[in-house]
Amino acid sequence: MSAFAHLPSVSGQPPPVARPGRHRLLPYLLLLPGAAWLFLFFALPLVQLATASLYDPNDTLSTGYTMTWAFGNYPAALQAYWPQFGRSFLYAGSALVLALLMGYPLAYAIACKAGRWKNLLLVCVVAPMFTSFLVRTLAWKTILSDNGWVVGLLRDVHLLGPDGRLLATPVAVVLGLTYNFLPFLVLPLYANLERLDHRLLEASRDLYANAWQTFRRVTLPLSMPGLIAGTLLFFIPATGDYINAELLGTPNEYMIGNVIDSAFLVRLDYPQGAALSLLLMAATLAVVFGCLRRAGAEELL
Amino acid sequence: MARDVPAGDLRLVDLTKRFGAFTAVDDLNLTIGQGSFFALLGASGCGKTTTLRIVAGLEEPTSGQVLLGGRDIARLRPHKRPVNTVFQSYALFPHLDVFENVAFGLRRRGIRPVDGQVRQALSLMQLDGYERRRPAQLSGGEQQRVALARALINQPQVLLLDEPLSALDLKLRRRMQIELKRIQNEVGITFLHVTHDQEEAMTMADTVAVMNAGRIEQFGAPTEIYEFPATAFVANFLGQSNLIAGVVSGDNGGDILVTAHGARFAVPSARARADRGAVYLGVRPEKLHLADSVDQVPTDSQYLDGTITDASYAGVSTQYLLRAGGGTELSAFVANSGTQRRYGPGDRAVAYWNPRHAFLLGRRADENDRITPVLTEPVATA
Repeated sequence: MSAFAHLPSVSGQPPPVARPGRHRLLPYLLLLPGAAWLFLFFALPLVQLATASLYDPNDTLSTGYTMTWAFGNYPAALQAYWPQFGRSFLYAGSALVLALLMGYPLAYAIACKAGRWKNLLLVCVVAPMFTSFLVRTLAWKTILSDNGWVVGLLRDVHLLGPDGRLLATPVAVVLGLTYNFLPFLVLPLYANLERLDHRLLEASRDLYANAWQTFRRVTLPLSMPGLIAGTLLFFIPATGDYINAELLGTPNEYMIGNVIDSAFLVRLDYPQGAALSLLLMAATLAVVFGCLRRAGAEELL
Repeated sequence: MARDVPAGDLRLVDLTKRFGAFTAVDDLNLTIGQGSFFALLGASGCGKTTTLRIVAGLEEPTSGQVLLGGRDIARLRPHKRPVNTVFQSYALFPHLDVFENVAFGLRRRGIRPVDGQVRQALSLMQLDGYERRRPAQLSGGEQQRVALARALINQPQVLLLDEPLSALDLKLRRRMQIELKRIQNEVGITFLHVTHDQEEAMTMADTVAVMNAGRIEQFGAPTEIYEFPATAFVANFLGQSNLIAGVVSGDNGGDILVTAHGARFAVPSARARADRGAVYLGVRPEKLHLADSVDQVPTDSQYLDGTITDASYAGVSTQYLLRAGGGTELSAFVANSGTQRRYGPGDRAVAYWNPRHAFLLGRRADENDRITPVLTEPVATA
């Protein structure tokens, strides 16, 4: 199929009609359902949200909202809720560190060392997803409860004071976040490590690298795409999460998700809720891009 | 058999490697002289790559020793061995550029600065200007040279080459064979080259060891092995041979007499691996000459007459199949030098050879003729 196919034929023969045109349209037709979905349920709500964030902050649902280009909603929201913002990133970041410490060895073991147990282990990683997110988090409430065996054990070994507790502390929220989003980190990492070329590891050992150097110089850089994908899939939902803080924490552990939740559903302060949502989105994007640029956009190419 | 072992000789002593019930390397003994170009030749699955991986430290032997200059390195971790490998797949690090690939070994050993050495290694491989390229941006031949530079820069005592040319096309392979030989001459490092390509082994190596089922069948200089193979396997794996089943019927001083297919042949006893019982009388196809009739055969030659059944023209030579009396089929390469008449299927012809070119091998009594007439790429009739 060269350019000649599209030239009108001079000799009076009918040109090779229609087919090339249809072939060019086909990809767009295939895109149509997805694009329509994206437009209706992502682009439009986003515009709506951006509009809502600029409504007059003094209006209420009962008086009706007027568009006043109130950019002041943003600094006001930030000023009122910056602790929750900071907490969101702090908790999600801590959970990410914990998840990486557990998830990388786990993904590596499943991908490289599990042998015939590989599928079973993968099922174990995915299996909790078969129950509801809410149920799983409630289960953690039981596990971490003040008279549960975990707290009892920690008190016995004096890691916790006699009246120390886990539930309703930042620790519980971070643990919950770590647990709930761990599969999102492990699965992409596993997919990446599974494709790791073991001959490269042999080459590295042959070239005087010991086990640690081989990991640091070959395995880790080669798994960077999976690591970044997993980190993003973990970090983004963890930052916006509000279930863990609500069920495992107290208002002192509330994250920005809880604030947005209450702005929309309890206080009915739509302009503030919208402004906070967009701020969260912007902050997450900023963190993600910063992360991508530093941790090796080079490795992704 | 005690001989002085030079400091850098690589010796494999009673080396055995089993994978479950399968014995990949079976009680192997081998001495590879310092600075030599040694080829380990065998079909796939014969244990040659396993042997190489044991020397590299990527497999641990079930038993036996790997001595490098008298020191047993068989149980050292790979990164502790003064040995480097050029892998069949090259195994270049895709996330590092050419410069960093080559510098990898130096950096891991904490040697710096690396700049001068890397550039020197790259220019030895004619890779100047490739420093910042990624392996994916290189052709097969270039990747091969990077892999070589990456191994050689560490100045190992032994360089292991695991079928390094098998991924290259024929022309490039020929060029790299010459190149590798030149480099080996230049750096003087012991090369242990594993290959299944008999021609590659013969053209490149000083010493060739033919391996079969985990054991060394024969080792020596390429001409020695080719001209006087020790076993039927070697005779047919390294080039081709006409192996005619016969029985020793006596000897007359310098010659051993063999009866085969109702005729009697003589082979100088210096060229006999067996002097009694069932034997193979072997003649290389290019050592067989064809004549129209018995009276054209030189007086010092021996012959079998028969009918040409196939003639395949291959440019430099023509390969004939000749069915002799008794049903045995002989293969003969005749150089197309323009002085010989051409034969066609159905023609009567006499195949003759000089007894000095024949050889005798031991044979189990139940084995028959072993002729390997079908070959796509004829061995040069040198």
